[in-house]
Amino acid sequence: MNEMRSPDLSLVEAQSETPEAYVKVKDLEVRFVSREATVKAVNGVSFELKKGEVLCVIGESGSGKSVMMRSLLQLHAKKRTRMTGEMRVGEHDIMKVTEKQMSELRGSTISMIFQEPMTALDPLYTIGDQIAETVMRHERVDRDAGWKRALELLELVRVPSPERRLKAYPHELSGGLRQRAMIAVALSCRPSLLLADEPTTALDASVQIQVLVLLRKLQREMGMSMIFVTHDLGVAAQIADKVAVMYAGRIIEYGNARDVLMHPEHPYTRAMLSSTIKDQDRSAPLDTIAGTPPDLRALPDGCSFAPRCKYAGPECLAAMPDPISDGRGHMARCSKVRVMGGLLMFDEAMARPSTDLLSA
Amino acid sequence: MTDVIETTGSSPDPRATDTRDRGGPAQPMLIVENIKKYFPIRAGLLNKKVAEVKAVDDISFYVLKGETLGIVGESGCGKSTLARLLMYLIDKDEGHLILDGDPVGEKTGTSLDGLRRSLQMVFQDSYSSLNPRLPIENSIAYGPKVQGATAKSAKEQARALLEKVGLKADRFGQRYPHELSGGQKQRVNIARALALDPRLLILDEAVSALDKSVEAQVLNLLGELKEQLNLTYIFISHDLHVVKYISDRVLVMYLGQVVEIGPVDKIYENPLHPYTQALLACRLSMDPDERVDSAPLAGDPPNPVNPPSGCRFHTRCPFAEEVCMSKAPSLGDALRADASEHLAACHMVHAGSGHSKAPNPDTRQLPLWQQGEMR
Amino acid sequence: MTDIPAGSLPVDKSQSVPSTKVRGYWGSVWNRLRYDYVTLFCMALIAAIVLAAIFAPWLSPMDPEKSSMANRLRPIGHAKFGLGTDEQGRDMISRLLWGGRVSLLMGIVPVFFATLIGGAFGIIAGYYGGKVNMVIMRTMDVFFAFPSVLLAVAIAGSLGGGIGNQMITLTVVLIPPLCRVAETATAQVRSLDFVDAARASGASTYSIITSHVLINVLSPVLVYSSTLVSISIILASGLSFLGLGVSPPTADWGLMLSTLRQSIYVQPLVAALPGVCILITSIAFNLVSDGLRQAMDVKA
Repeated sequence: MNEMRSPDLSLVEAQSETPEAYVKVKDLEVRFVSREATVKAVNGVSFELKKGEVLCVIGESGSGKSVMMRSLLQLHAKKRTRMTGEMRVGEHDIMKVTEKQMSELRGSTISMIFQEPMTALDPLYTIGDQIAETVMRHERVDRDAGWKRALELLELVRVPSPERRLKAYPHELSGGLRQRAMIAVALSCRPSLLLADEPTTALDASVQIQVLVLLRKLQREMGMSMIFVTHDLGVAAQIADKVAVMYAGRIIEYGNARDVLMHPEHPYTRAMLSSTIKDQDRSAPLDTIAGTPPDLRALPDGCSFAPRCKYAGPECLAAMPDPISDGRGHMARCSKVRVMGGLLMFDEAMARPSTDLLSA
Repeated sequence: MTDVIETTGSSPDPRATDTRDRGGPAQPMLIVENIKKYFPIRAGLLNKKVAEVKAVDDISFYVLKGETLGIVGESGCGKSTLARLLMYLIDKDEGHLILDGDPVGEKTGTSLDGLRRSLQMVFQDSYSSLNPRLPIENSIAYGPKVQGATAKSAKEQARALLEKVGLKADRFGQRYPHELSGGQKQRVNIARALALDPRLLILDEAVSALDKSVEAQVLNLLGELKEQLNLTYIFISHDLHVVKYISDRVLVMYLGQVVEIGPVDKIYENPLHPYTQALLACRLSMDPDERVDSAPLAGDPPNPVNPPSGCRFHTRCPFAEEVCMSKAPSLGDALRADASEHLAACHMVHAGSGHSKAPNPDTRQLPLWQQGEMR
Repeated sequence: MTDIPAGSLPVDKSQSVPSTKVRGYWGSVWNRLRYDYVTLFCMALIAAIVLAAIFAPWLSPMDPEKSSMANRLRPIGHAKFGLGTDEQGRDMISRLLWGGRVSLLMGIVPVFFATLIGGAFGIIAGYYGGKVNMVIMRTMDVFFAFPSVLLAVAIAGSLGGGIGNQMITLTVVLIPPLCRVAETATAQVRSLDFVDAARASGASTYSIITSHVLINVLSPVLVYSSTLVSISIILASGLSFLGLGVSPPTADWGLMLSTLRQSIYVQPLVAALPGVCILITSIAFNLVSDGLRQAMDVKA
């Protein structure tokens, strides 16, 4: 039905320590400067992603997850943004590419889908036009070839009656179809890395699960790497191979989906899981994470989660804890986490009893 | 105010002393009878009506005092339109509202003004739910001022309400909406809704836009307020987990109609309508080992402009048969049924409907699928 | 989760508040404006022009209407007449200062009244929608059908000359565009949730409009009005140029342009002076309105 093949693997060879890593981010820091204040949106993020792997970045508002992902495509306004650190996708050094090279990469090697298809799709052009245009620009083929590809792509993303839909405008389609159209545009040039910024948050549950199933299927077929930003743990469980949990611009827990979601060790991850509403007893109040996330304009020293953490001690306020990893690649940044018996564990013995017991 | 539940051991039961109560505990707080709203679609030079969006099509239900009725449905089901109809923000085409025994808007009974004082709405936290040019104190004080309070007393009320919803009045009173986080704005929305001392709150996707941990905080707050102020809630949401936690009874809407209604545990453990079953199957597990490979419900929620004939769900229903295409199933008498009854608008539930899986009217046997066998 | 002993620090359960100062809407507008040097400069320039016009009687060196045929068309830089003289020997500096009064009046007063009237109609049309909207906006459309200059000429022609009539003409011409801007802004605000919340509290339409709609509609209307000032000045000059405004010997920039037209080969720089004044004033107002729009447009 289509000519999708796995992308050319010769693009993968990168000059990184781990030969298999397709995406390598090291010590990424992103600051937004204005006259009034400097917002420290991302404060030292490092991770690696293999080819064909799906990483889900989980975090709440203000965690820096969207900012971090958009940095990979250099989508921030140059004037106000200061980025330091290292970012590599395949053989491309994102920190050093020119704007021209970057615009070549966008849409072809690295592609992105967004939360609101209505704003991501141009309302003045038909779906077919938009997909064909991307194909024509990046692969330098003529209009007929572009439209043929557009039809294939709509079939790939399971849009019913694709010939008719090609000629439709975005506002004529339902939310789910628009989201699929946006996915078709993003996949039109066979990207090796797909970035997704909460693409299913605005969708109904029944459509959300269709889109997630579709995305995983396409990702497997095309061998794409994928970075998926979400605040919904259920979404992460559905599609992630690896999960990164972000708080105040840092990854505070990282690992295989099963390790992080079923055996979380960082207090924030645990609190997030227990405060997510799923079959809790109705008669009791829900567990919550007390307080509010820190102001990124005035980040205090030490662990950013400490002010809201039940187990915080003075050592947590002194400095941000270093990452600690076990053999399985499960990492957490918490002063009370250590590796015991080869596995990452939250160490009860390290948490001292409190003199001021406030239970949530 | 923290997220801690205060023990109410010594304070009197608010329900017993509510002076606003007129009908007594057995009288439903709100009875909605045969509500209909069709939106015309006009086209052509003379703006003639060419089609209708059957947004809300003959809906009836009641809400008991002190309960939380959850309303679930997807886009296009009409739940937001229903909320606005109940609030009289848009005019209904047909139907009646009875508030605590008094008909609304008719010659006898409660006036529109009276409705406003009893029934308020908490909107979804969006950029448009609060006036961006007013400090939040003023937004909250507006309602009381409109109803006759002096500026000073309205402001005091507003500040007291801010404290009640967990925001320090000194710190937050003069702030503008854009300075607040999503959860904080929602607390302000709740405070604004409470400013007129209502008895029934309609919460239209009130926590849907919030982060999960903030959602939990706000839900706890709503629970506390319900106890303290003797409130009744209608909780509209598309999030099935939240509806399960907060509701006593649940109403499921599809394409402008009620397809299922009943106590929350019965609906979640034994959904009768195939749509409800599919919807519940779309909930995502947090266990990566429980991933699904195929979606339980195919296609998109259809457009309410030209709903399918007969049962509106038959085009997507795995159990659809001839009778489903020709005859629309009835929910049953939702107004006369007891609150503990579980009703569904499906031919498979009603004996003698003509569906192969319907129970046999003679033997009174439960159909196989209703005995716990679900998709 | 096992019962792990809590840490030794108290948990901060409070709702945090942003670290920025409390600053109202106008406060944040000023905060943005004060770094916009172009706009600030133009605002100062306008202030200077307005002050010069107000104090014209004291600032102008000579009587602007005193003509002297012996001193016709003196060039710029003349010992006695700093910016030269016009074709009737009148001092240009004095005439420009006094002319500025008329031109500025023509710019600001019609816009002021058009904003009040057009704005009111637009808000009513935008809020009520339906038939009310149709009646008001279609009426405005009739006026819109005419190009503004032609419309101004037609109305001025029928009303006659004079400052008062000119102001009425310009006001009528400016009402439809202001009405449209106000209507669009109001219709947008009307659809927002907080207006529904205000309706749900039982507020009267008047109360909702004054408390909620007006403050939100004010900024787009204000910005648009400021662009109209320069248009109004130019239209007024055009009307005067055509003889439909003030009558000679009153100083007025547009009229001066008209009478100096024949002298353009004799003293081109002097003949251009009134045009330069119109240009500078219009550009200043335009740039200020641009700056205002940028400062007021942002949500925060």
